Amino acid sequence: MSTTAIQPVPFGRRLKRFMADRPLIPLIILLVILVVVLQILRPGIVNERWLANTVKFAIPLAILAGCQTMTMLTGGIDLSVGTVATMSAFIMATQVVNHDPAVAILIALVPAVLIGLVNGIGVGVFRVHPLIMTLGTSLIGTGCLQVYQRTVIASGAKIPPFLAWLGTGLTYGVPNALLLFVPIAVLIVFTLNRTGFGRLLYAVGDNEGAARLSGVRYWQVISALYVISSVLAGITGLLYIGLIKAPSLSLAEPLVLPSVAAAVIGGTSIFGGRGGYTGTIIGALILTVLTTLLTILHMPEGARRILFGLIVLFVTAAYLRIIEDR
Amino acid sequence: MTTNPLLDATGVVKTYGAVVALRNASLSVLPGEVHALMGANGAGKSTLVKILTGAIRADAGHILIRGETRDVRSPADARRAGLLPVYQEPSLIPDLDVASNLRLTDTPVEPFRAWVRELGIPDLDIRDTARDIPLAVLRVLDLARALAVEPDVLLLDEMTAALPANLAEKVLEVVRRQGDSGRSVIFISHRFVEISALCDRATVLRDGETVGVVDIEPGVEERIVEMMLGAKIEKTRVAARQASQVASPGDSRPRLGVANLRVGSKLNDVSFDLVNGEVAGVVALEGQGQDELFAALAGSIRPSGGTIEVDGKPVKFAHPADAIRAGIAYVPGDRTEALTMQRSVRENIALPFSAALRNWGPISMAQERSRVVSAIERLQIDTRAQREVQRLSGGNQQKVTIARWIAAEAQTILCFDPTRGIDVGTKQEIYKLLRELADQGKSVLFYTSELEEVQRVCDRVIVIFGGRVVDVFPVELADEPALMRAAYGLPRGAKVDVGILADIHSSPVAKP
Repeated sequence: MSTTAIQPVPFGRRLKRFMADRPLIPLIILLVILVVVLQILRPGIVNERWLANTVKFAIPLAILAGCQTMTMLTGGIDLSVGTVATMSAFIMATQVVNHDPAVAILIALVPAVLIGLVNGIGVGVFRVHPLIMTLGTSLIGTGCLQVYQRTVIASGAKIPPFLAWLGTGLTYGVPNALLLFVPIAVLIVFTLNRTGFGRLLYAVGDNEGAARLSGVRYWQVISALYVISSVLAGITGLLYIGLIKAPSLSLAEPLVLPSVAAAVIGGTSIFGGRGGYTGTIIGALILTVLTTLLTILHMPEGARRILFGLIVLFVTAAYLRIIEDR
Repeated sequence: MTTNPLLDATGVVKTYGAVVALRNASLSVLPGEVHALMGANGAGKSTLVKILTGAIRADAGHILIRGETRDVRSPADARRAGLLPVYQEPSLIPDLDVASNLRLTDTPVEPFRAWVRELGIPDLDIRDTARDIPLAVLRVLDLARALAVEPDVLLLDEMTAALPANLAEKVLEVVRRQGDSGRSVIFISHRFVEISALCDRATVLRDGETVGVVDIEPGVEERIVEMMLGAKIEKTRVAARQASQVASPGDSRPRLGVANLRVGSKLNDVSFDLVNGEVAGVVALEGQGQDELFAALAGSIRPSGGTIEVDGKPVKFAHPADAIRAGIAYVPGDRTEALTMQRSVRENIALPFSAALRNWGPISMAQERSRVVSAIERLQIDTRAQREVQRLSGGNQQKVTIARWIAAEAQTILCFDPTRGIDVGTKQEIYKLLRELADQGKSVLFYTSELEEVQRVCDRVIVIFGGRVVDVFPVELADEPALMRAAYGLPRGAKVDVGILADIHSSPVAKP
């Protein structure tokens, strides 16, 4: 054992303890650092428009990362969110040609609910590993969507104006998408912290056996969870199509892995029982700013991806070391 | 001192966040001695042990092994330095057979076999998968595995906890002989009987500090307890409780009626009643079907036969939730089965509130708080580290598992060995609590592996052997020798009238 017996707690440890008690602070610091670096590399880039744009692009990622956060709290994951978002976007865009937008949206959310239910029953009742279950339904969903595409190939697609307004519009410089996101975020945070259901997500992820002995029925929690996750993903799809404005069969797919990364960076443990949504939101912002940062560095796509991966790994490892006071 | 200590640790400090686990601990072990390490729960015993064996690192302190400074950074380092622990939890990898487990640690097989035989298990097949071996045997195998490499210092953490008497006896004998052969043993135990029979000296920890080292001699118990608790306490020799004032007339229907209950091959025909206002003890040697009995009553497993009645109505539990709805709560013996370790004390206690579908909505935080706080106060849980249950001491964790059901106002509590491996003070509190619950008209079924607890807590004792109820004692007759005889399936000398004995028809007891 090293020999020094120091009376006062060293500064490093005190700092660590402080961080461990307030895990959001290091994340916010990191976000600020990234923005500052961006401003240094490209002076003047950080302005109102840039902020609005960043927020706009971070929102779909943040909602999908909310799906990941909630499923990860139970020790699961939802890889079908990309497919579900794409499906609801694509179906809405094609149905709106013949139907009222409200009806089209309802039709578009049906597959979301179905996929969520299948995921939930698969994971909760038949105990399929969530990774495999959601990957499977995701592939099935993509296949169905391709079949569906043939049937609507003639009818064309359009984006209802109010979704475009919600996705891209600004009011006094503030993205309209916040009108959707703020309530969703508040609802998720409230659910996780102040509702019985939220408690059960943590409990099931921390120790399923203990939850069971307390009378928790796993399948109920898990089924509800995956349906909620899927519906959120469907809503994200509708918002995202309003932002991207080009329906395609791989619309939201590129968001899937970043949504997992955002939740992990935000401090949610992939093993369950630990984490929260506020961290995830900041995680999503960090990833979005990081993407901008890498875009303005004139680098080939390959190098950009390598750098992106390295930074995500480094940040996650460093963050876990900081907040885990061991 | 003439001889140099084999192991000498001084000034050991360890903190977890704001919680100081060790403030200034020291421990000095001479060659050839059996040295007891004692302290109430949360005193820092486990932390000190983990530091000595390299499982965690100290923040400060010296550790000398044979007079040389050693930096024990990992369990492997400790092993090379001749220091080997046997922890409370079995350490064999469950999915491997015993032979592969031995290979993992380079343990020579023949000495291992010899030790296993020595320790009273003649028929071990080392090709058995560890998962299929009963807990008590696993602990003995851990010990044999440690002995087989002839460590200089053997560290035993609550080695005899949960061991049936016959195995415990062998273990103690072997430990004693280690000392005689010039090796040292650090022996952690809450049982004075063992310590006075076995140990030469004892180091006592309190609040993370070594408060004394004493020679074990007759009458030293009182001093050790004083040191552990920091203040003189009256040694509570609870006289045998007077038998049940329960079974009051008018309360004709039992709270819980179990008839001919069977579970697989483990439990074959158990019948008894539990009435409101009583604590019924269950006594059994390891693996006599008591686990299955409790699991079936808790709704964790389905019985293969027999009936369970609650308040006179037959019930079938398919899930613990069904049992809980009937007011039956189960506190498992293993705290890690019951707690969500990364969550707060509050969330752990409040967990059953949210379980049912209709309680998934918003939580009334004020109401929850008041229920949780009153349960915490009732059990006097130390809430300094309440943000994560895993930072609490074992005794406090155990209290949380019980507090949950006090807060949930369960009518019947099934307590499975709730005092295993926790300190004397906490044990007393738990005894008192169980009595209070009974006095309030609740019913408690209480399995214990420590026979002396029976007369402190129970109104009645149900003895199970080979999956059957072999005897039911009124508390006055349930002294340790009598219980021990019964637990081994030996008939009582003179059959007396036991009043509320439920299974009158099973008097010719089957002896396996």
